[in-house]
This record gives sequence, C-alpha cells and structure tokens, in this order.
Amino acid sequence: MGHNLLAIPIVIPMITGVLLLIMRPSALKRWVSALSVAGGLFVAATILARVWREGILTLNVGGFPAPYAIVLVSDLLSAMMLVLANVVTLVVLAHSFLTIDKEHERHYYYSFMQFLLMGLSGSFLTGDLFNLFVWFEVTLFSSYILLILGGGALQLREGMKYVILNIFASSLFLVGVGVIYASLGTVNMADLAVKMASVSNTGLALVMAFVFLIVFGIKAAVFPLYFWLPKSYDAPPPAVSAIFGGLLTKVGVYSLIRVFTLIFVEHPGITHTLIIWISGLTLIVGVMGAIAQVDFRSIISYHVISHIGYMLMGLGIFTPFALAGSLFYLAHDTIVKPALYLIAGVTEQITGTTDLRRYRGLMNRFPGLALVFFLGALSLIGIPPLSGFFGKFAAVQGGFLAGNYGISAVALGVSLLILYSLFQVFKEGFWGEPESASEAWVRPSKYRRLLVPASTLILISAAMGLGAEYVAQLTSASALQLMNPEAYIKAVLAP
Amino acid sequence: MPTMDPQTSGQKFSRPKGDGVELLSIVVIGVLMGCAVYLLLQRSLLRVVFGTVLITHGINLLLFTSGRIKRGGPPLIDREAATGHGDLSLLEAAGAAVTDPLPQALILTAIVIGFATTALVLVIAYRTYQTHGTDDLDRLRGADDGS
Repeated sequence: MGHNLLAIPIVIPMITGVLLLIMRPSALKRWVSALSVAGGLFVAATILARVWREGILTLNVGGFPAPYAIVLVSDLLSAMMLVLANVVTLVVLAHSFLTIDKEHERHYYYSFMQFLLMGLSGSFLTGDLFNLFVWFEVTLFSSYILLILGGGALQLREGMKYVILNIFASSLFLVGVGVIYASLGTVNMADLAVKMASVSNTGLALVMAFVFLIVFGIKAAVFPLYFWLPKSYDAPPPAVSAIFGGLLTKVGVYSLIRVFTLIFVEHPGITHTLIIWISGLTLIVGVMGAIAQVDFRSIISYHVISHIGYMLMGLGIFTPFALAGSLFYLAHDTIVKPALYLIAGVTEQITGTTDLRRYRGLMNRFPGLALVFFLGALSLIGIPPLSGFFGKFAAVQGGFLAGNYGISAVALGVSLLILYSLFQVFKEGFWGEPESASEAWVRPSKYRRLLVPASTLILISAAMGLGAEYVAQLTSASALQLMNPEAYIKAVLAP
Repeated sequence: MPTMDPQTSGQKFSRPKGDGVELLSIVVIGVLMGCAVYLLLQRSLLRVVFGTVLITHGINLLLFTSGRIKRGGPPLIDREAATGHGDLSLLEAAGAAVTDPLPQALILTAIVIGFATTALVLVIAYRTYQTHGTDDLDRLRGADDGS
C-alpha cells in the first residue's frame, strides 16, 4: 500500500532534469546531476534491501484500490535493475564530464540523461501494461534527443531511422494493449496474469503473446529485429552509446522476462520454445556480425546483440536455475557493456578514430588502457574470476539439466567466437608497433582521469565475480520469485 | 429459389446498434493501418512521416473500439458513494449502464504522446533533409561514406 519509497527513484530524476533545464553554469550542472544520481542510487539500494527483507513492495498511485489504480511494484528483479541503472548512469556521467563538449552541455545533455533515467526507473517499477508504454515513450524520447544532439550528418541519418522504427514499435505496443484490453478488460499486469489463465482461445492468447514478443524484441534487438542497433549505437558520442548499450536494450529484455514469466505462461511449449530459438539465433548472428566488423564501436554494438541471447536463453528454458543464470548475466552485461563502450571512447580520444585499421600498438604507450580492455574482454568471454563466467555457467548448465542440449551447445560455441572477435580487437588495436605520426595525443593527466570510469565498472564486474556467492543468492531468489508469480499477484491484488 | 426468412432478417436488424459501428470502426482501422504501412514503405521521408501519423490515428481508433462502443451514462458516482473511500461496489453495480472511461484515458495519453512524437519527427526529418540535401531514403542508406 503506502510504500511511497517506490515513487522516489522516478521523482528524483524528474525534478533534477527540470532543474537542470534552467541552470546555466556547467560546473553546477555536473555537480547537481551527479549528486542526484548518487541519491537515486542510495534510494534504489534501500528499495533492494527492503524487498530482500520484506518481500514485494507495492504502491497504488493515487490511493485507488488495486486493479483500478496504476500500481508501482518492486520485486527483486525490478530493484536489482534500478540499482544497476543508477550505477551505470553515475559512471557514464563521470565519463561525460570529461568528454562531452560545451555545445552538448548547453543543449540540455544532462537534463535528458536524467529524463532517460526517469523513464528507465519507471519501466522497471510499473505494474501496469499501459503505464509501461508511457515509460517506454519517456525513455525513447530522451534517447532520440541524446542520439541526434549535436546534429552530425551520421547522427541525423541514423537517428531518423531509429525514430521511425521505434514509432512503429510503439504503435505495435498499443495494438497489443488494445487487443488485451478488448479481450480481458484490464491492463494491470497482476490482474492480467489471473485473467489470462481463463482464456480458452489458444489462438487469441498466442496472438497477444506474439505481439508483445515482437514489440519487446525490437527494443531488445533480438534475432530478426536487431538490424537497427549497430548503426544507431555508433552514431552518438561514446558516453551516450555506453548508456544505450548498457540500459536501453535491457529494458526490452526486462519487459520480455516480466511478461513471459507473469502473463504469457499458459503455452510455454510454443512461446518459450520460440524464445529459445530466437536466443540461439541472436547469439550466432550477433557474434558473426561482430567478427565481420573492423570498427571498435561496431564490434561492441554487435556484441550487445549477441549477448542478449544469453539473457533470453534462461527465459526460454524456463527453469529457476537457468533463469537465475540469465539474470546474473543480465546484471553482468549491464555493467560490462558500458565499460567496453567507454574504453572505445577513451581510445577514440587518443587516436581520433574508432577504425581499428588506422591505429595499432596502443599497449606500448597506454598499458593501463590495454589492461582495462583486456579484463573487460575476459569478463565478456566468461573467464572464471570475473562476473561473466557465473551467469553463463548457470544458464548453460540449466540448459543441459532441462535437456535443451542444442541451445547450451550454441551458447558454448558462441563463447569461442566472442573470444576470437575480442582477440582480433586486441591484436589489431593494442599489439604491434605504434605509428607515432598518426596519433593525436591526449594529456597524460586527462588520460589517467579518462580511465577511471571504465576501470570502476570493470572493478564492479570483478567484485561481482569474486562475490558471486551473494549475487547468485540474489538472482536465484529473484528467479524463484519470477517462476512463482503467485506472490507477485497477491502483493498487487490483495495487499 | 431461396427466399428470405422474415424472422432471421428481422433479427438482423434488431441487433444492438453498437455492433454496426464497431464493425465500421474495425474496417476504418484496417484502412488506416494499410495506408500507413504503404506510406511507411515509401522512399520519400515526408511520406514516411505521414505514415507514422496515420498509424497513430489507427491505433487511437483501435484503443477506442477496444472498450466496446456503446451508449451509456457518464462514469460518475454520487458523493455518498465516493465518500466511502475505496468502495467501488456501487460503480460496479452501475457498470452495465455507464461507458467505460479507461480507453478514453488511454487514448488521451496516446494522442498527447503521438502529437509530441510527430512534432519531433518532423524536426528531425527537416534537419536530415537540410544536412543531407535529399529526402530520398535510398540515398540515406548507411553506406560507409565516413560522414
């Protein structure tokens, strides 16, 4: 009922974003935005701790009773995503302070970062399907602005396609909401979960499920719907790419996990089998794309696509163990992907390009950068002490235990290709003799500061790996919560 | 020779009025969506933008129809019922007689969002046209031109 705490992660960025619109001095803007996100992180951590101790928290906005009000719900998955979103935003802001130019700052860059965080927090917290659409739009609007801010030719060209595609996806989302409301008479997710069980018309239930699979699949960039991602993530400044790659696709993954564990669970033989196929193909196609690229940022963009596969395979296998693995991987990827984008950004600051054919031998002059990238790559591949290993291990073992040998084999094979792809980056960009003439230098002091945000994320990844015991406890509990939606339904409908 | 059975044809006309309107609005939604998809697949940027406008209209109509088109009173309950905070049984009892307010709230939100999106997408389209000197999407492909 009255857990007003749940509204705070949405309200903080909203107020800060509006305040930032009227602030002039850029130093003030930086301090305010960083402090606000730090505050948001504290609140998110509080929510996570309370959900861990007391179970699922709900807030009926406006005080109306359950299925009529818009409800904010936080279970472990929502709380975990909230914490991650605030961590990543904070680190990316720190990187932005060093790299974003005055023009961006003057044109409300920090405001839209706050609005993006607000949309993300809302998406993670809402328990209402239409409200989820609204938060998606808040997120998307901020992302449109962040993508085209600066108005470069490439940004406008790719931004245009990104906007058109997302308008289409949002329209499809509304079609889904319309069909669901016409047939079930509610848009509250918990209420839908109850009423969906009574739908006897299999065809209708599957149509609804597929509409949402397509909608969230476009956001998450899964196999046939990933084509928009690489180009549009290459266009904006690296800091923006980092937050897109870390959080924007994850909203799609989060929504898929939410609706396919809560609402569309009546026909797992069809829907969840399809998700397994999609995740396998996403893994393969993404990593193939990455191998074909010669541009540092494009390679990482294709890895964003590929790794969505690991997050969805647990959902497709649909056992608590595999799902826990995928959730672990979700947390890991949300931390490591932005780190790699930030490293690509630092490299771009040093060399002036992201094209791997145009520089080599970075390791000689910038051993720190090489080390950070090396650790990030190891984490992404899934080498034990780092966090990537544990999620992948649980997801793959979950596949074997459930008898889904195919997807587990694909996941293992793709790991090798990821290793190959990242090794190519290392070989082309970091090894070899440096060509001093072609390099634009950064001041050593700035270079050292530039390394801090990316290193922080890598350290978090290492900490998640070394403390895997605790993270795994969280993701297992979260997976159990998702697989047994009765608690969620009860918390929302009969508090 | 088949003759028309007066009873069944009479039944046809005695059906509730809403059905015809619902059918009509479904057809209109279909036409709007069809046109929208046709426009979205055009090469000219402006036509694509118009496609997004049409698709938004189609969706709004779909949301409107999803609440069933029927004649009913305004969804208001009197003060005595409202003071019993949270007690919605009176509203539910009156449920048959009132129109469903939720789809209208959904449409209102969708219209506002659609309006903002259209404004933004027109600006982006214009800037894209200015920067690239063309509104032909075939020439706005992602070729590796280093731009």
